Amino acid sequence: MSGAVWAVAELDADGLPTRLSLEAATAARTLAAAAGLSSAAIVAGVDPDPAAGALAQYADRVIVVRLPPGSSGSNVAAAGAIATAAVAEQPDVLVVGATPDGREASGILAARLGRGVLGNATGLAWSEGGDGAPTGPRVEMSVLGGRALTSSAFADGRGIITLRPGAVTAAPAEAAGTIDDVTIPAAASTGVHVLRRADAATRAASIEEAPIVVAGGRGLGGPDGVALLEELAGALGGAVAATRAAVDAGWLPFAVQVGQTGKTIRPAVYVGIGVSGAIQHRVGMQDAQTIVAINRDPDAPLAEHADLYVVGDLFEVVPAIVAALRARAT
Amino acid sequence: MRIVVLVKPVPDATGQERLRPDGRLDRSAAPPVLNGSDEYTLEAALRLVDANGGEVTLVAMAPAEGRDALRKGLAMGAARAVLVTDDLLAGSCTLSTMQVLAAVLRTIEFDLVLAGADSADGGGGVVGAGIATLLELPLVSGAAAIDAAGEGAIHVRRIVGTGEETVEVPLPALVVGTQLLGEPRYPTLKGIMGARAKEVAVRTLADLGLADAPIGGRSATTLVVAQRPPAARAAARVVREAPDVAAREVVDFLVERRAVR
Repeated sequence: MSGAVWAVAELDADGLPTRLSLEAATAARTLAAAAGLSSAAIVAGVDPDPAAGALAQYADRVIVVRLPPGSSGSNVAAAGAIATAAVAEQPDVLVVGATPDGREASGILAARLGRGVLGNATGLAWSEGGDGAPTGPRVEMSVLGGRALTSSAFADGRGIITLRPGAVTAAPAEAAGTIDDVTIPAAASTGVHVLRRADAATRAASIEEAPIVVAGGRGLGGPDGVALLEELAGALGGAVAATRAAVDAGWLPFAVQVGQTGKTIRPAVYVGIGVSGAIQHRVGMQDAQTIVAINRDPDAPLAEHADLYVVGDLFEVVPAIVAALRARAT
Repeated sequence: MRIVVLVKPVPDATGQERLRPDGRLDRSAAPPVLNGSDEYTLEAALRLVDANGGEVTLVAMAPAEGRDALRKGLAMGAARAVLVTDDLLAGSCTLSTMQVLAAVLRTIEFDLVLAGADSADGGGGVVGAGIATLLELPLVSGAAAIDAAGEGAIHVRRIVGTGEETVEVPLPALVVGTQLLGEPRYPTLKGIMGARAKEVAVRTLADLGLADAPIGGRSATTLVVAQRPPAARAAARVVREAPDVAAREVVDFLVERRAVR
């Protein structure tokens, strides 16, 4: 059978594939194996070789698109190059990470390929049909703020899937894949050029990749609360996250905002302090395996979604937890 | 500056929203409101015209009831709205949405199109990039601030994976915003009164020359095969003890869940 399933890789600040990219590559390989299709991971960049080597452990084939030196670091250039390669090879299914860059790339791919998009997949399977839709992937999604789970299909079996972090466990292939360079025509300049860049002062642990995430909300109250949040995250070896209220208050950066308009995370453990758990935040964290919350309000919405819910003043409880963790560590 | 702000009427997140048996959103269950992410881009557009002159036009694709949600945008200060509505659009997929919005944008003169980061109901976050691609417009996403930069260009400060960058963008262009663009203004009483007199132009697929195009529900590229409620999470263990006792319970629980060694 001809046809292919591709994973689109996204690179981190070191030029290596993100964990979500490895999950996408694993998902593409697994779907392709079930379908009898071939699979590949595609990566575009000015210096894509380190990423290609890492992806080869997870993909049957790595497609490498080299961008000319001096290309803008913009995702649009890389996504455009990937779309050009996809238009030439016409893979049936593309799996892309559900990140800001991944969503942008998916929109570009959808428009260039004329294909539909199933967004924010929490699970993937291959179906031979018989369920009212043709042979192709079945994509599980959590909709309406988590109140319904749907399984969706592409009307012609072909399309683009954006994959939530943690929906698939990254697993290397039995044998390393081949690496193929493809040459694509240079894209016309869009006229967008970078005037200046400011790298984040500290490279915080990525909240999408961290197994433990400690989130703070309005209840933090200000810098003292933020200091406690950071102390707890440090003691747990977790990453700091925030609700929109804490970001709007200027206490924490937008880059760590979880929820609608922010990031979606699926850590092994989520600890929320001073977080009420409004629906806009829950959509970004409710799939965490374990949820612990500390809040003064016994009736906050997060109480219904937590595994362990401490009713108390975070300024008293959190220092006690930090002390207990430190006592264990010594 | 002539700015188009793409907005989406979405069901009010009251907890009453539900899916119909066919997997489509039951739009009768919750009244439409302006999508939250779109209010930030609208605010940015209004600030740009406040500072530089020009006009803001809202563009939406929605059922006819969506008109009510557009009133809020007009009350905030947009000059007019264009609503694409057609029974054939019920059940549209993401690709159709891009194609329809691109088609209506071809009928409007603009310098800048702004799109929100995502929608509260679908949340795919892909439509803005798709429209820019179909219209071959320069695309910049993750916008945290937008400023005019002389004739025919803007500067956009944007959030990227490694921090932030400022880019110069020739117009016309499409920019996808974030909430960092600034807190949306509340409509004033004068704005609310004035909105009643503002035009909401309605366009059908036929008006856009798309009556026979493979677009809308009949040509949807995706379909819902099954739906079910999520598995209920077991009720939380609630701890109301004194801080030091509660802290020990939290640590024991994390040890039990293997988050702490």
